[in-house]
Amino acid sequence: MVTKDDVLKWLKHYADVIAEQKEYLTQLDAAIGDADHGINMDRGFTAVMAQLPSVEDKDIGTILKKVGMVLVSTVGGAGGPLYGTLFMRMGMAVGNKDALTPEDVLKMFEAALEGVKQRGKAELGDKTMVDALTPAVEAMRQALAEGADLATALDKAVAAAEEGMKATIPLVARKGRASYLGERSAGHQDPGATSTYLLFKSAAEVWNHADA
Amino acid sequence: MKKLINKPEDVVKEELEGIALAHPDLVKVHINPHYILRADAPVKGKVALVSGGGSGHEPLHGGYVGMGMLDAACPGEVFTSPTPDQIYEATKAVNGGAGVLHIVKNYSGDVMNFEMAAEMAQAEGIEVATVITNDDVAVEDSLYTQGRRGVGVTVFVEKIAGAAAEAGLPLAKVAEIAKRVNENGRSMGMALTSCTVPVAGKPTFDIGDDEMEIGIGIHGEPGRTRMKIKPADEIVDMLAEAIIEDLPFKSGDRVIAMVNGMGGTPLIELYIVYRRLAQICEAKGIKIERNLIGNYITSLEMAGTSITLLRVDDELLKYWDAPVKTAALRWGI
Repeated sequence: MVTKDDVLKWLKHYADVIAEQKEYLTQLDAAIGDADHGINMDRGFTAVMAQLPSVEDKDIGTILKKVGMVLVSTVGGAGGPLYGTLFMRMGMAVGNKDALTPEDVLKMFEAALEGVKQRGKAELGDKTMVDALTPAVEAMRQALAEGADLATALDKAVAAAEEGMKATIPLVARKGRASYLGERSAGHQDPGATSTYLLFKSAAEVWNHADA
Repeated sequence: MKKLINKPEDVVKEELEGIALAHPDLVKVHINPHYILRADAPVKGKVALVSGGGSGHEPLHGGYVGMGMLDAACPGEVFTSPTPDQIYEATKAVNGGAGVLHIVKNYSGDVMNFEMAAEMAQAEGIEVATVITNDDVAVEDSLYTQGRRGVGVTVFVEKIAGAAAEAGLPLAKVAEIAKRVNENGRSMGMALTSCTVPVAGKPTFDIGDDEMEIGIGIHGEPGRTRMKIKPADEIVDMLAEAIIEDLPFKSGDRVIAMVNGMGGTPLIELYIVYRRLAQICEAKGIKIERNLIGNYITSLEMAGTSITLLRVDDELLKYWDAPVKTAALRWGI
């Protein structure tokens, strides 16, 4: 089971990873966007860390919804609504639980993907975070269906997210500010797909013991 | 970076404090979340207009808050969209019971943040309609992009829909007029120099001393082509041709023409641009009914210009001429 404590550890670890990768994400964004993805995400997760103590005693759904609300009000740009929606939908999907089965985790990420696609109106291959999120969710679903434990399913999700992230390099952007570059956006890895890959990687790193 | 600022991270907040001190008769300023309201908001029974976007385009949008135009403006960080909570709070604060129109420039961040704010307001029982502006003809392959960017026509939408709301029209009708303005307006811009976002500290793009970017966006996004600088008349020919062919504007059409400065271009040059634009329109039988020349939708200190033509009929012209009293646009009062 993934306990509430595991969820909190995941959020804290992801906030640390974002802080470490701030410059890298911003550099990726500078090549094809407006050079603020790392700065914006770091501002958002710094605010999340400041506000997390106020909901730490609540259920997982409440915690994740709170994270979403904080991101929406602090990140700005396109990342705010997208990551805000991602966390809010995860919170709505898990509801008032205090521990998650592998199936709950899958449902949570499926809801995240659905929310992000709706909000951004992006599909696979548009050179966005959907390109990392879609294969990650698919890999996890398949692994669990084949009877894998959560740790294994997460490892597969991370590998699929990484592959999806790298696959954005040759793509021409069709959504977001990068789309105005047209052909000039090809040859660069998408920053949103990169921060999404890091989200799965962070989960795998802290939940590797949490097999059920 | 050489700028008349204190600290890069305080730029937006201190600008708002300045606006509050300068125009207490016109607006109220709310800090955290940031928004500017007209002084008499909410106006009971009137459709309220809310716009917003990244800062750095002044006087858009805060300079257009007041009687006959916007009820609220939500400034984000420089070139960064405002957040939903900001837009939602502003929407609630100006709702006079007749619904709220959101005017949004077509940038993915702006569109998504306004969409979330509209959902939040609707959940509270506030009627919200949205018009997205997308008049920039420089974006050619719009099938494969976010679509065209919203630029100069936004000023026209805010003025004309603002007058329609002031005249007491219902939300559906104000929204329809706003959409009609957007559909009949086309713009294109060019840049001679780049601009520097305060927190970034260095220019958004590099451009040679003898180069210009044709089709620039208002955040310094690349346009159609980079080329060697040419005489003003040739530049205006390029912009005007792209705009006129796109709608297309035809002989007999009546228009409002805007020659807009990007922030770092002196008025003397904008009048040289207008001179050529008026000659072109005259030659093509397009009648310029009204004009607007100056800095209305800028890109920080970028040097350059954008041209917007709006095809009008008697109704749109009537609302254009209606009284307006804002910091940046004021007539008929």
